[in-house]
Amino acid sequence: MPSRAPERIRSTAELRAFQRLMLQAVIRPLARGHRAQRRWSDGRPAAEVVGSFSVANDRLSALERIEIYNRMYWFRTLDSLYEDLPGVRAVLGGKKFMRLAEAYLTRHPSRSFTLRDLPARLERFIRTHPRLSAPHTALAADMAAFEWAQVECYDGAAHAPLTPAALAGRPVAKMRLGLQPQIRLLALRHPVDDFAIALKQGALRGDASNAVGAGPRTGRNSARRMRRPKPERVWLAVHRHAGRIYFKRLEAPAFKILGALRAGRTLEQAVACAGRGVKPELVRDWFMTWMQLGWFCGL
Amino acid sequence: MPANRFNGHTDYGIGLGLRVPHYGHILEKKPLVGWFEIISETFMVDGGRPLEVLDEILAQYRVVQHGVSLYLGSADRPDRAHLKRLKALVKRTRTPWLSDHLCWGSVDGTYSHDLLPMPYTHAAARRTAEKIRQVRDCLEVPLCVENVSSYAAFHQSEMTEWEFLTEVVERADCGILLDVNNIYVSSRNHDFDPYAYLDGIPHHRVGQMHIAGHTRFEKYLLDTHDHPVLDPVWKLYTHAIRRCGVTATLLEWDDRIPSFDEVHAEALKANAYIAEARQAHAVARP
Repeated sequence: MPSRAPERIRSTAELRAFQRLMLQAVIRPLARGHRAQRRWSDGRPAAEVVGSFSVANDRLSALERIEIYNRMYWFRTLDSLYEDLPGVRAVLGGKKFMRLAEAYLTRHPSRSFTLRDLPARLERFIRTHPRLSAPHTALAADMAAFEWAQVECYDGAAHAPLTPAALAGRPVAKMRLGLQPQIRLLALRHPVDDFAIALKQGALRGDASNAVGAGPRTGRNSARRMRRPKPERVWLAVHRHAGRIYFKRLEAPAFKILGALRAGRTLEQAVACAGRGVKPELVRDWFMTWMQLGWFCGL
Repeated sequence: MPANRFNGHTDYGIGLGLRVPHYGHILEKKPLVGWFEIISETFMVDGGRPLEVLDEILAQYRVVQHGVSLYLGSADRPDRAHLKRLKALVKRTRTPWLSDHLCWGSVDGTYSHDLLPMPYTHAAARRTAEKIRQVRDCLEVPLCVENVSSYAAFHQSEMTEWEFLTEVVERADCGILLDVNNIYVSSRNHDFDPYAYLDGIPHHRVGQMHIAGHTRFEKYLLDTHDHPVLDPVWKLYTHAIRRCGVTATLLEWDDRIPSFDEVHAEALKANAYIAEARQAHAVARP
């Protein structure tokens, strides 16, 4: 990483070097009081590094001017996670959530044009950095997976649902059914759906905007204190119907069937995944419900 | 210039930003609005409620796309996958023109989600103009670039912001989305004359204008879009429409969003300034 900006910008390569250095200054974690860190990563004064590109004026130093962007980056990204993860916030409490979010964004700066994608790697991060969420790591990771599934479901693709008429006459055993892309299947170790419903948080996401907010949320009033759920295996389908997100509990064999269909198995192979102990009439009822919900589509 | 090749030869008047808190009101009450500006990225999705709402709006209103993530000034090449998604949206909305910002915000695939100011150099202008041409050729729709508000200035800059804007749009042969509030905010942060800025740009390239509110801090102004438009910005807007002609104008209100009627009323205030500018124009032409 360069520690000085090029003195002049006469080429795309020099423009890139300039932008790399400034981006580092913009996305560096903030110090206490939402101030820019006073030392660069190599130990030099940050003012010296930033001063190689930023100009002071009679009111703000070169570093203070870049600090405005540094603050806005963190306020914007933390606010986005705060909005999208009310359940993780409730599990961890406001302060611990903010520490986790800062550590996560430091390790995984945004790699997408949209803030929507920010939580994509949070579940894995929680599991691989358990100290940040202890003693609720497993629950927080389940909740992060559940809330990311809602983000994906909210604006995921939905194709025309298959109708019984469309399936009539086709050989059932070798048939392959597509599962609507918007449906997310989750195998979890905590009943986070009940917990989320109890939190009574709306599922609609906010609008995109680059306007600058007044500051980050502290999370102090993020959620009412609630009893955290005890471990329990649950299988969920997060799905969308008429523009709203729903969570449907599945029995383990039903979850396996849907997972197999999504993986491209034939109907016969998928049903076989459920195991021998499952009554045929139960499987038939599941399929009737899923058809009624419009969960299947063409491949 | 009310209608020109940079805004698809349209004459759209005063518009509003389409924002989530107003969806219900707009779809239920169907208020009379000249046009809506949408944030492209909100609708660059595969399905769900955003696209359902958009389709309902498109059935009843004129819509123009405004983006926040093309990062035309970034040294990186245009992202083909991003452009493909954007083009699908352009086909859906049939936007007569499309706008994004004269800024950068990502490097090597890492995103700041901010509109970062450019170093005003000839090399940066050349590179940016080249990218604008590539993007426009791909999207097949007129493109207007918006001046951003800024809080930092750079040693490397070789010219003023308006000279840079002019060089970019002339090289790219594209339009300007003139954000009057951004000019005002930057003029205070960088101690330049906002009227010199307005006088120094190619007026015939202005395809759209933005107005918005900002917040005054002790040592700088911040572009917050959470207030009504302030008087100095209205004055500057009057000057802008005298120089450029009455141009499609949009009020941005993105945070602490009040009721639809309040936002609409604030936008319609522009009519008084337009009338004033027209009157001045009539007096000037005996």
